Amino acid sequence: MGHREDCPVSISGLHKRFGSLEVLKGIDLEVRRGEVVVIMGPSGSGKTTLIRCINFLEEPDAGCVRVCGVEIPCGGKTKRPARTRQIREIRTRAAMVFQHFNLFPHMTALGNVIEGPISVRGMPKAEALALGERLLARVGLADKRDQYPSRLSGGQKQRVAIARALAMEPEVVLFDEPTSSLDPELHEEVLQTMRALAGDGMTMIVVTHEVRFAYDVADRVVFMAGGVILEEGPPAEFFGNPRHARVRSFLRLVDGGEVDADTVANGALWAVGSAGFSEGSPV
Amino acid sequence: MIAVDLLTRAFPLLVDALAMTIFLGVTSFLIGSAIGMVVALARLFGGPVLRAVAVTYVSILRGTPLLIQLLLVYFGLPQFGILLRPVPAAIIALSLHAGAYLAENFRAGILAVDKGQWEAAYSLGMPFAKAFRRVAFPQAARVAIPPVGSRFIALIKDTSLASVVTVVELTAVAESIGSSTFRYLEMFAIVAMIYWVINSLLSLGQEVLERRLARAY
Repeated sequence: MGHREDCPVSISGLHKRFGSLEVLKGIDLEVRRGEVVVIMGPSGSGKTTLIRCINFLEEPDAGCVRVCGVEIPCGGKTKRPARTRQIREIRTRAAMVFQHFNLFPHMTALGNVIEGPISVRGMPKAEALALGERLLARVGLADKRDQYPSRLSGGQKQRVAIARALAMEPEVVLFDEPTSSLDPELHEEVLQTMRALAGDGMTMIVVTHEVRFAYDVADRVVFMAGGVILEEGPPAEFFGNPRHARVRSFLRLVDGGEVDADTVANGALWAVGSAGFSEGSPV
Repeated sequence: MIAVDLLTRAFPLLVDALAMTIFLGVTSFLIGSAIGMVVALARLFGGPVLRAVAVTYVSILRGTPLLIQLLLVYFGLPQFGILLRPVPAAIIALSLHAGAYLAENFRAGILAVDKGQWEAAYSLGMPFAKAFRRVAFPQAARVAIPPVGSRFIALIKDTSLASVVTVVELTAVAESIGSSTFRYLEMFAIVAMIYWVINSLLSLGQEVLERRLARAY
């Protein structure tokens, strides 16, 4: 019930704990087709865990995840073959771009891009090569097709990783802090690629501290803290007039660009898991 | 020092013996590798029972002398009605022995593969077997090649113990010609030289392989 065809990702009641630490405390999130959702928040707030739960790199403890009609039964860690197949099905529809790229070092740039189409989608090699070259051109790296990852800069690696994700022709691309491990001068080339992708109508869920990107590209910004979604809204509203003091102070520190968001996050202000925060209090 | 007559007499026997030594070494290495891979996978990815079996196997085979293992297979198994000819007995003992060491080499190699590599493979929708074969294994192999090469070389030397169960390989031939001519020094020196040459070639092959796999890095 309530299943809408235009809804690539639907999450409800998602819980995840690592040992005694409850990282996600009941997340509900709907992402529409073509929507770009940026997830912000201090580190330890659960944003990375959330997108890793979408393609089951982390197994949620409770809650439902549905990607394009493929629904994994709520909760339960039973490894039945049918469930494993469904998870693989979801992964081919929700591609992932990692903070540390995770390119396959023993394959060339082109090899990385065509690996999924050939070995997972069963695409004929010639077709996969054509697709791979088209995608490398799309991220501006056609001339790097035969280079191994060790010969690429961080920004180039991440663009190859984006091409690799697109090669699965996914319904949604999940970005896990795609610029966080890059030198500042390399951020822009990756963000440009992501902007172009958003412009092409790709559904994207992006965990990032890039305020400018969120402001320009996102349809909706979601702010997480302490394992819950504290606030969400269109960027103009979110950045222009945040309701929560916690969001306001976070943005003040991140936006200036003088303070790295992680530094903020690790500071006393954002003591992870502190339940004693009273909403609306001045910071 | 080494008389021509001794060499001409020993040569045909040494050629056959060399062939036997290489046969024992290569066969045991291949079977041992298969055992080692299964044991490594069982230990890394198996349930508690499989893991316990794998750990016990490695512990026993590495913790007892190869000579005892060989004697158990050749002289011990007949008490259970299992009579093996010398060559199969030697291959079984050598394979089991090498398998235990290779299992540890493979395990270390697989553990060296970054967790993010598995995640990237899984996030493309690969099942475990494919992620292992296409992504983890090639990277693990690169890490495992030096220790595996050393194990192959050790195995070639270990084949000399097969002479104890009457396999006619290099060491056995040196001993038999030595005892019939009293030219032990020459015969063992010649055979030592042959082992050294084989293993030098193996080292060279290992280097070439290492370089080829390092191409991407």
